[in-house]
Amino acid sequence: MGVFKKLVGRRRGVDDLIFDTVNIILMLILIVIMLYPMLNTLAISFNVSTDSVRGGIHIWPREFTTFNYEHVFTEATILRAGLTSVLRTVIGTALGVFASAMVAYTISRPHFFMKKFVTLAFVLTMYMNAGLIPSYLLHRELGLVGSFWVYILPTLIGVFNIIIIRSFIEGLPETLFESARIDGAGEFTQFFKIALPLSLPVIATVSLFVAVAQWNQWFDVFIYNSSIPELSTLQYELMKVLSNSNAAYGSGAGAADQFARSASGQIETVTPQSVRAAMTIVVSVPIICVYPFLQKYFVKGLTIGGVKG
Amino acid sequence: MGEPASPLAVTEDLKKVKKPKKQRKPRNGFKYFFRRCREQKELVWMSAPFLIWLFIFRYLPLGGWVMAFQDYRPARGFFDSEWAGLKHFRFLFSDQRFMEVMRNTLAMSIINLVLGFVTAITLAVLLNELRNVKFKRIVQTISYMPHFLSWVVVAGLVSSALAMEDGIVNILLMNIGLIDEPIMFLGVGEYFWGIIGASDVWKSVGWNSIIYLAAITMIDQEQYEAAEIDGASRLQRIRYITLPGIRSVVIILMIMNIGYILESGFEAQYLLRNPMNMDYAENLDIFVLRYGISMANFSLATAAGMFKTVVSFIFLFSANSIAKKLGEARLF
Repeated sequence: MGVFKKLVGRRRGVDDLIFDTVNIILMLILIVIMLYPMLNTLAISFNVSTDSVRGGIHIWPREFTTFNYEHVFTEATILRAGLTSVLRTVIGTALGVFASAMVAYTISRPHFFMKKFVTLAFVLTMYMNAGLIPSYLLHRELGLVGSFWVYILPTLIGVFNIIIIRSFIEGLPETLFESARIDGAGEFTQFFKIALPLSLPVIATVSLFVAVAQWNQWFDVFIYNSSIPELSTLQYELMKVLSNSNAAYGSGAGAADQFARSASGQIETVTPQSVRAAMTIVVSVPIICVYPFLQKYFVKGLTIGGVKG
Repeated sequence: MGEPASPLAVTEDLKKVKKPKKQRKPRNGFKYFFRRCREQKELVWMSAPFLIWLFIFRYLPLGGWVMAFQDYRPARGFFDSEWAGLKHFRFLFSDQRFMEVMRNTLAMSIINLVLGFVTAITLAVLLNELRNVKFKRIVQTISYMPHFLSWVVVAGLVSSALAMEDGIVNILLMNIGLIDEPIMFLGVGEYFWGIIGASDVWKSVGWNSIIYLAAITMIDQEQYEAAEIDGASRLQRIRYITLPGIRSVVIILMIMNIGYILESGFEAQYLLRNPMNMDYAENLDIFVLRYGISMANFSLATAAGMFKTVVSFIFLFSANSIAKKLGEARLF
């Protein structure tokens, strides 16, 4: 009961005790609901695929193997898709965050005469969306279809990111910029030497947002580059595995097709279910490992942006 | 730069700053504009490339809306395609399928909106009532996790959780004794909206609670202490202090979300639909995709997309002005 007492803390009467108990139970249920699907997938990804088909695996593998991962990591398509995913995430984040920060800096300057105009022009686009087809035609005109840059350019700047960074820069002491101006620093110097270094917490937050969006994106691959294997990404490959099993939904063909692979002499097989599980873990692990460390920052960033925006 | 400026340079700088004030030129017109551009040319250089980007990628496509009023043929382009007037809009509103699509869109959007608000606010309130800081932080961190997963991953998790054989939901329901036979959740159209709503809550409830939790921590602690002295119970404190305290944040977020009333989401529906639940799964975005990309009927798809944006704008402005009339917090 020691743990329980610790969780409940100093209690003030029976009502309080009941409330805290119910609350803690609810939170524990929430934790289970949030974690179970991923743990289940993790267990299946480490379980022998022909055994997983029998069912009954929960959060621990029954017959342990790493073969599903070996299969995923030796598949040329998946490796290449992984490379594209990493590239679009790195390039997209670097360029996107830089661009957002620069716009945010200009509209954070109280003396900038186009401040209102620039802000309005960006904010309007949050609700004014031309739609899929006009954008598609534009990107085709610009020669972006079938190119890597369709992953980067159309989504370069996020309005919400600008708002978050702007709020942060506006919160910096104006005297810093003033004294730099007196020392003869221009706007570029003030941006690179003062605004950018001091905004690192918010830059980290926005980088996380942009990186996650880039890493998780599959729709632009599907629309623009689905016929070019070199430009496929991990999420898109996973999506294909998923939609193959969806298309077979109800026809009973889902688990039936297995494909054999021989590795190091012995023959083991993988099923779509196991490949899907291993790939799900591969695409999710990088982000899951990173976000808890940035939690302090993004909670703050989200709050600033939400309250002021 | 780098070395400290001499006092002389500073006084010279001050002179420079003072100069334009004395001249008192007219504050509008092209001349004024270009003068300001020259004065702040660095800031102009900094924002110009991105304004050009914004124009090309966000405003130029709006010109594509003319397609909605044409029988657009890719080979002919915008200028030589035949005008069709309101033909495509008339077709949409008389089309049985489009009406179903609108029904699905609105239903899923409203379900997601209401469920999303209620669950996120509830979670924030409950988190705030946790006394153990460490436990609170663990719950928060875990609840944020699904937000970072892609919809592709989430759709996979949802479809395995709902599977007929070996899906955890069916196993649980059977064990409790609520059902005797496993249910094919994704095979029954009527369940689809609920499944989307639940998946959306699973993915975003933790994330959405962040802002409410922040709003709750800004409430004056003295109010709680006073209420405690007066003998208010925990539930009463939530009812009379916490909830009124986050009212304005809730209203602002609601206005912002009402602008997205026709955005019922795309990825979840697209990834979880199958031939058996299609009649309930197809929403406006999937409709646009199906007509536009798969069937290459650009004009009809553009008309549907345009309809979406216009309705969003109307909803946003009405919600905002209603909030204004009621004397509530508003967006602009």
